[in-house]
Amino acid sequence: MEKIRSGELTAEECVSSVYERIRQFEERFHAYVTLTEDQALKTARQIDAKRRRGEALGSLAGVCVAVKDNICTQGIRTTCSSRMLEDFIPPYSATVVERIEREDAIIVGKTNMDEFAMGSTTETSYFGITRNPWDHSRVPGGSSGGSAAAIALDEAILALGSDTGGSVRCPASFCSVVGLKPTYGLVSRYGLIAFANSLEQIGPITGNVYDCALLLNVIASHDPRDSTSVDIHRKDYTESLEGDIKGLKVGVPKELIGEGTDKNVVSSVWDAVYKLEEFGASYDEVSLPSLKYALPAYYIIAMSEASSNLARYDGLRYGYRAEGSDWSEVYSRGRRTGLGPEVRRRIILGTYALSAGYYEEYYMKALKIRTLIKKDFDRSFKGSDVLVGPTMPFPPFKIGEKIDNPLALYLCDVDTVSVNLMGGCAVSIPCSFVGDLPIGLQIIGKPFDEAKILRVAHAFEQNTTHHLRRPLLTN
Amino acid sequence: MVEKRPISEKEVEHVAWLARLELSQSDKKLFTEQFNEIISYFKKIDEAKTEAVEPTYHVIELANVLREDQEVPPLLREEALRNAPKKEKGYIKAPKMV
Repeated sequence: MEKIRSGELTAEECVSSVYERIRQFEERFHAYVTLTEDQALKTARQIDAKRRRGEALGSLAGVCVAVKDNICTQGIRTTCSSRMLEDFIPPYSATVVERIEREDAIIVGKTNMDEFAMGSTTETSYFGITRNPWDHSRVPGGSSGGSAAAIALDEAILALGSDTGGSVRCPASFCSVVGLKPTYGLVSRYGLIAFANSLEQIGPITGNVYDCALLLNVIASHDPRDSTSVDIHRKDYTESLEGDIKGLKVGVPKELIGEGTDKNVVSSVWDAVYKLEEFGASYDEVSLPSLKYALPAYYIIAMSEASSNLARYDGLRYGYRAEGSDWSEVYSRGRRTGLGPEVRRRIILGTYALSAGYYEEYYMKALKIRTLIKKDFDRSFKGSDVLVGPTMPFPPFKIGEKIDNPLALYLCDVDTVSVNLMGGCAVSIPCSFVGDLPIGLQIIGKPFDEAKILRVAHAFEQNTTHHLRRPLLTN
Repeated sequence: MVEKRPISEKEVEHVAWLARLELSQSDKKLFTEQFNEIISYFKKIDEAKTEAVEPTYHVIELANVLREDQEVPPLLREEALRNAPKKEKGYIKAPKMV
């Protein structure tokens, strides 16, 4: 970015070099649904002209950004990787898009995802899978798999994803990049196509912790157009990165590193904890007993909210419209043929959980468990500054391995969903590798404690070399 | 403790009807099987002790966020209609309701 400001490099050159990478790798890895080369070059030339005129440039001037395809971009097709929105062109941009564009960022394209953000592997995309840059026979994680793959492949410099139950952190872990889920309410959801609106947040996916902090600075803000966004004092998240972590108390919840966690993941996470201890932190094993109910509670709440949020896709005002003899047929057929199986499963299960006779047993019960989980975290944060554990219970698995077993897929989220339930923040950073397969470290903070988790992440990153490693890309 | 009850195809059909989601025969069979497995797993929540626990509908303590009524330029009609699959004379054309 300094090079663009000084004129050493033009924004146009940056865009061209990113598109070179895209041309080289897209066919094999398919991180993008829509590419916007002409528009990107046009914006780049405008930025270069601004610089030549001596005008002030934004904090992201000339930076190529990939945007997950569930975030509305005015005039650019936004599909949620679904047939339902295959031709949808939003008449407005999400607040986060407006904010990055105001800082002179350049959007290079819309990234692939699990359909309507429902999945952990990007395998449910209507437009085809995204492959993991580290091993092309494996999944990149999801639902923001395209964004994470684009960063790992240098097909973008920064990316935006969304995280409802781990959808930023999971692909960050599987692709060995940085992914942050901000505290609920920190980043506006205006323009984020809703899946589960009490759980989700838009978050940065980047190649290193500094870039993550930089992007968070731009997107975090109160927004009057999102009544769930909070009005708190704005911070500069890059400022506190360099601080040391002496005396910091790290809690390691045993429920997050328990049975079902791959032994390489367990030992990598503990190695990371010992490393933090070398830098002056202290650690303690802690217990949050209600976490054992987090996964079912999360899915019940998320599916219930999804059944409501996806009711709008009637094919009348926009989206895919089926043929039928009356409204009821058009609506229900459109939903059968326009939506993929995982989306339909979740709508039906959510409807079931909310229906008369089951509402207390499932939905209300899940909301009460949410209270227990929040209380467990509040209690833990009295004794610990941050909580640390794996992002995913295992390294990236093979494409096709779990997709036919919905429950096996849901179980992938066991370490990430509790953070969405309690509303706090968490970042996944490269922790280690087993062979060529990435393992992510998750650092969890209490609500609005992004500065602290980023400082810990930065301390770990700067004293290891995993973030400098690049996939081989020869196979 | 509610006993484990398998979900029948009939029940899946009923819920799909509530959701206005057409189901093919093969979907009905497959989903019923999958739902039984998933719901058995969900039943784990029955073990949690939640008497006298209040539900959390929302993680942040916000209520009734209001603002002053402000007039702003509206979305132009042609913009609003741009994505409509069927339109006529400036209106969206919808299938018959009744």
